[in-house]
Amino acid sequence: MPPEPAYDALIIGAGPAGIGAALALKSRGIHNIALLERETDAGGTPRHCGHPPFGLREFRRLLTGPAYAKRLARAAFDANIPLLPRHSVLALHPGGTLDLATPEGPRTLTARRVLIATGAREAPRAARLIGGERPLGVLNTGALQAYCYLEHKAPPFTRPVVVGTELVSLSALLTLRRHGIHPVAVLESGPTPVAPWPLSLFPRLLGLPVHRNAALASINGFPRVTSVTLQNGSELACDGVLLTGRFTPESTLARMSHLALSTATKGPAIDQYGRTSDPAFFAAGNQLRAIETAGWCFFEGRRIGEFMADDLQGGLPAPGDELTLTPGEGIAYVVPQRLARVSPLRATLQLRLTEPALGQLHVRAGDTVLLRRPLISAPERRVLLELDDLRPPPGTQHLTIEVAQ
Amino acid sequence: MFDIAVVGAGVVGCAVARRFALMGARVVLLEQGPDILSGASKGNSAILHTGFDAPPGSLELACMRAGRAEYLEIRERLGLPLLETGAIVAAWSDDEQAKLPAIAAQAHANGVTDVTLLDRAALLARIPTLSPHIKAGLLVPGEHLIDPWSAPLAYVLQALAVGATVHRRTQVTAARFDGACWQLDTTTGPFRATTLINAAGLFGDHLEALALGEASFTIHPRKGQFVVFDKAATKLLATILLPVPLERTKGIVLTPTIFGNLLVGPTADEQDSRTNAGTDHQSLQALIARAHALIPALEHMPVTALYAGIRPATERKEYRLRHEPARHYIGLNGIRSTGLTAALGLAQHAASLYQTPHTPIATPPWPQAPKLAEHLPRDHHQPGYGEIICHCELVTRREIEAALTGPLPATDLGGLKRRTRATMGRCQGFYCQAHLATLTAGRLDPPLETPHAP
Repeated sequence: MPPEPAYDALIIGAGPAGIGAALALKSRGIHNIALLERETDAGGTPRHCGHPPFGLREFRRLLTGPAYAKRLARAAFDANIPLLPRHSVLALHPGGTLDLATPEGPRTLTARRVLIATGAREAPRAARLIGGERPLGVLNTGALQAYCYLEHKAPPFTRPVVVGTELVSLSALLTLRRHGIHPVAVLESGPTPVAPWPLSLFPRLLGLPVHRNAALASINGFPRVTSVTLQNGSELACDGVLLTGRFTPESTLARMSHLALSTATKGPAIDQYGRTSDPAFFAAGNQLRAIETAGWCFFEGRRIGEFMADDLQGGLPAPGDELTLTPGEGIAYVVPQRLARVSPLRATLQLRLTEPALGQLHVRAGDTVLLRRPLISAPERRVLLELDDLRPPPGTQHLTIEVAQ
Repeated sequence: MFDIAVVGAGVVGCAVARRFALMGARVVLLEQGPDILSGASKGNSAILHTGFDAPPGSLELACMRAGRAEYLEIRERLGLPLLETGAIVAAWSDDEQAKLPAIAAQAHANGVTDVTLLDRAALLARIPTLSPHIKAGLLVPGEHLIDPWSAPLAYVLQALAVGATVHRRTQVTAARFDGACWQLDTTTGPFRATTLINAAGLFGDHLEALALGEASFTIHPRKGQFVVFDKAATKLLATILLPVPLERTKGIVLTPTIFGNLLVGPTADEQDSRTNAGTDHQSLQALIARAHALIPALEHMPVTALYAGIRPATERKEYRLRHEPARHYIGLNGIRSTGLTAALGLAQHAASLYQTPHTPIATPPWPQAPKLAEHLPRDHHQPGYGEIICHCELVTRREIEAALTGPLPATDLGGLKRRTRATMGRCQGFYCQAHLATLTAGRLDPPLETPHAP
């Protein structure tokens, strides 16, 4: 099939990050762009989340997820950004060529720059290696909310156990409560709830027993769930399992492609402009790391959309002369993973910790600590580190970010 | 009144029903599960074997050879795929390496003459992702991959197209032979048939005892757990990696699948339950560790799915065939991992035992199996599919609708998955299960939603 005329920019995923980037490109006078969305409607994951708070910073209103998603889609529509719905990108090829499936048949599209903004999802049962039989009624929060808010149907359980105590777990409890479903218990594999106090009290306020140090060993029953067995051997009767949180980037396209992935984030590795290992491809949003709020992703998409515009207009430094960043002691991941060597660096690193820390954050080149910052934080909190003043000595190739107690 | 009642719609029962229906016999296929392939046949490693390591001179080998030949002959007319990967019997120790020449000799004795011994350098050149600890290997070019669910489905669809009858959710509760004919009592009513063919898999001994008063074998269920890696892992391995065979089983295999995944398994866990295909965390971790040891680059590959199959092993290794001509009974039992390859051959064998003449169907129709192989055009390549429902496995609304209609529609989620692959990908239904609940409303038992929303 002969390639269709090239776009200036194509954006894969019409969620908060993708729409943020599209709006930025458009405002910079880059008109030959399109949003590629595999679903029928634009808006991304917030479409599922039938509860506030969304949109406080973007639209200065307290919105539910679906209302926020509609606002995003409307903003793209009002800006005359073409949306190609039911367009599934199947493969990324070097230089900005995409293979797609569409209901009208296969297409091949090319663009001078492509943004991957395909979001994140929760780890399903298999990825968590939960054993047992495979009955109906084992869902993630995403599927639960799609049942309740997209399809207006009741999920296939009435007395589930809820696994996880992240913020999304609390959102799942709200969704269940609103739909008259009473969980049997909340299970947390660690010693303490993950969501910060006072939100972590929420399950108890709903009158739900919270089992700590309660990792799920197996799911029992077929064709429906009859119980779960915990790793300590105890058994809980229930008719479903709701697996919440443990988000992972939906980075399949990047993983199947020529692009370099970060083993720490499981998303594409980028530089401070959002550029991946192939400079035709950028990435933004929860594709980069799981997981931040819709608002964060929108502004991140907008910022990286600006960089794409700079790049198309010849304003980004050529790729090649780069520092690499490695997460060291106490650091789960760092985004970006590479820094174009410019002065000043104009980079803000986004980090997460592996465990609660009270000490210092160090940026180290070899044995030399280049930067020290006081640090009090915990894994569920985002840590930002500005590197504008950093002057790596000439010849520096690698920087390590680490926690020093 | 039927000529043949086949009990058990696993891969063997499906192939047998097709063979007899094509011979012109009136066939009824009875299955206790909600769908065909809901027992042992739902979980296997999906390899079309050559029989290179089967016992020489055995009926198993003969059926594998015949079954493979027939599959290769009919597959294009039924729209069934074949991925010609070849296999390598990989030796990881000096002891294992020492066994390879004997395996090569056995392959030659079994008529598989194109095997080649490869040294370490040749193996690493062929599979650069292989662990450097590899010692040597035996290349078996004829080991291929097929679709383990579409093949038997196509067999049944052809049987149905020439007049066979299929009853699912139908358990045989009593079987009486009156000297000329079998009277079968089932949970959906009585059936009469001249000949009874036992292809009841995990319940084969129960059925034989029910029919003949005693069983000549006992099923010892043997569970095999599998781990499926993400589709991205297929670029790491394009060949089936077989272990040097162990005494009891074929051992743990690392193989691509026709659906574009990478699969490691099975374990061999003896258990009493014939229905509990549960996995356990420890075994899954051991399988993953084994896969990492073979292909170190798998370390960063996500896991997509977990499953287990239960093999109907018996107290002996060989197939447990029983022919009682006076009582019009043929039993095809004790068929384990080679059943997918041997099924069409077993059907030929059963037909050869059956003496009653019928008028064969002159020009049978050739129904088309679902097109699910990753290396061939899928439904989404054809315009007009509506929308993609399952994004991970690229399943279209047109495919879902086809699976819910036609002569043998899916009536449970398992059946829908095997016909379309919906929810079998990396997100396991995160994106599509709710939408599927809407598309399948009123069609599946159990349904994907709780009826009468609270």
